[in-house]
Amino acid sequence: MSISFVTETPKKELPSIHEANKQSNQVVFDTKQLNLWYGDTHALKEVDLLIYEKEITAIIGPSGCGKSTYLKTLNRMVELVPTVKISGNITYKNKDILDRSFKVEELRTLVGMVFQKPNPFPKSIYDNVAYGAKIHGIRNKKILDEIVERSLKGAALWDEVKDRLKENAYGLSGGQQQRLCIARTLAIEPDVILMDEPTSALDPISTSKIEELIQTLKKDYSIIIVTHNMQQAARISDRTAFFLNGEVVEYDKTEKLFSNPNDKRTEDYITGRFG
Amino acid sequence: MARENFEEKLLQLKNQVLLMSEMAKIALTQAVHALDKQDEIQAQTIIEQDQQINDLEDEINNYAIWLIAKEQPVAKDLRHLVTTLKVTNDIERIGDLAVNIAKAVQTIGNETVHVEKKAIIHMAETVEKMIDVVIEAFFHEDIDKALTVAEMDDKVDKQYAETVTEMLHYMADNRNEINAITQLAFVSRYLERVADHVTNISESIIYLVKGKYVDLN
Repeated sequence: MSISFVTETPKKELPSIHEANKQSNQVVFDTKQLNLWYGDTHALKEVDLLIYEKEITAIIGPSGCGKSTYLKTLNRMVELVPTVKISGNITYKNKDILDRSFKVEELRTLVGMVFQKPNPFPKSIYDNVAYGAKIHGIRNKKILDEIVERSLKGAALWDEVKDRLKENAYGLSGGQQQRLCIARTLAIEPDVILMDEPTSALDPISTSKIEELIQTLKKDYSIIIVTHNMQQAARISDRTAFFLNGEVVEYDKTEKLFSNPNDKRTEDYITGRFG
Repeated sequence: MARENFEEKLLQLKNQVLLMSEMAKIALTQAVHALDKQDEIQAQTIIEQDQQINDLEDEINNYAIWLIAKEQPVAKDLRHLVTTLKVTNDIERIGDLAVNIAKAVQTIGNETVHVEKKAIIHMAETVEKMIDVVIEAFFHEDIDKALTVAEMDDKVDKQYAETVTEMLHYMADNRNEINAITQLAFVSRYLERVADHVTNISESIIYLVKGKYVDLN
């Protein structure tokens, strides 16, 4: 009996992992030379950033580095600060969101937001979720029921609350309240969801549920998350931007940024040498 | 600077790797010495002491794994710990190859060997030098130094080819020494393997510093 050995490596038919990584989704937000001042404080400096559709983009950086400011610029919430001045461009799917002709109500319908602390309204679970639809003029009970169920299912909360939709939302646990706020955001069918430290007030189990949820939501939404939790950014995001003193020091695929960052300041921050 | 405690632990770990490499190098030096002198007692000591190297490897690896779990390192800190796990594996294999040489010494026993061992001794010196260089490169994270090891490995490969050819020629004319000469050819092979492990350590150092994989072998 003869034994033959394979002496040549078969030719690769599949693209390598790195090549696959290069394939990017469409750009949803394109930020160019963005500068922002709170009075005399220069909070964002020459920020250039591309946010991709149906990806999770994490923004990390020490306190006061401008990451929340940047997030709030994307739905123009930052304009609520009277002394704010902005220069540069942010386009949402090629439309300039800083242009006055772009209605802020329209922008905030497209770009939902979830905050650090769960902030349900002092209303029933049902009314919390139906609120957005109602102010958009939907009165039909059947449609509202559908929106509430779909949104609560989308936020992985339906099974836990379906039998007590009329109860006050304040009776839910912190983690459930945060998922309710996510459901409320989903109810208006946004395109992008901004999350500002959405798990920093939650226990580890609730945090884990929210993280799972965020990764499920990626299928349908583009998500931008500001987080102080480095491991969370590494676990759930596709890309990570590191902000420092209002500048973007480094922006890359999360895998690259956390395994072999280009900039010494990024390395020092993610390894806990400062911040 | 933050995380001083963690940095101190990384340094402790590095010192342990240094100790392990010293132990493996001593085992190798003694094995070659035992070969030169055909000292079976020394060979037996080397075989028995190998367990200490293996135990130290387990100790280092357990500690590195615990630090990964506890400190959740990223970037260079993570590469440092991953490199430690890889480097200790190479050092442990060097220890095993020293044991293989010691066993060859026992197999040869007190048989009369007329073949010149100088070539093997010379090869062993190059390999020992490689170990010194690579450990210094690991400690100081010195890529340039790590790369010099690859050049030395080429030299060892050449010495190995010459030594084996020489042995085969000698064997043809000295059939009564076939057993001993075969063992000496094996020893050359073991030394060449040690050089390969040292080169692997060089590759690990480059990964540690640059985060890139290179193939120096």
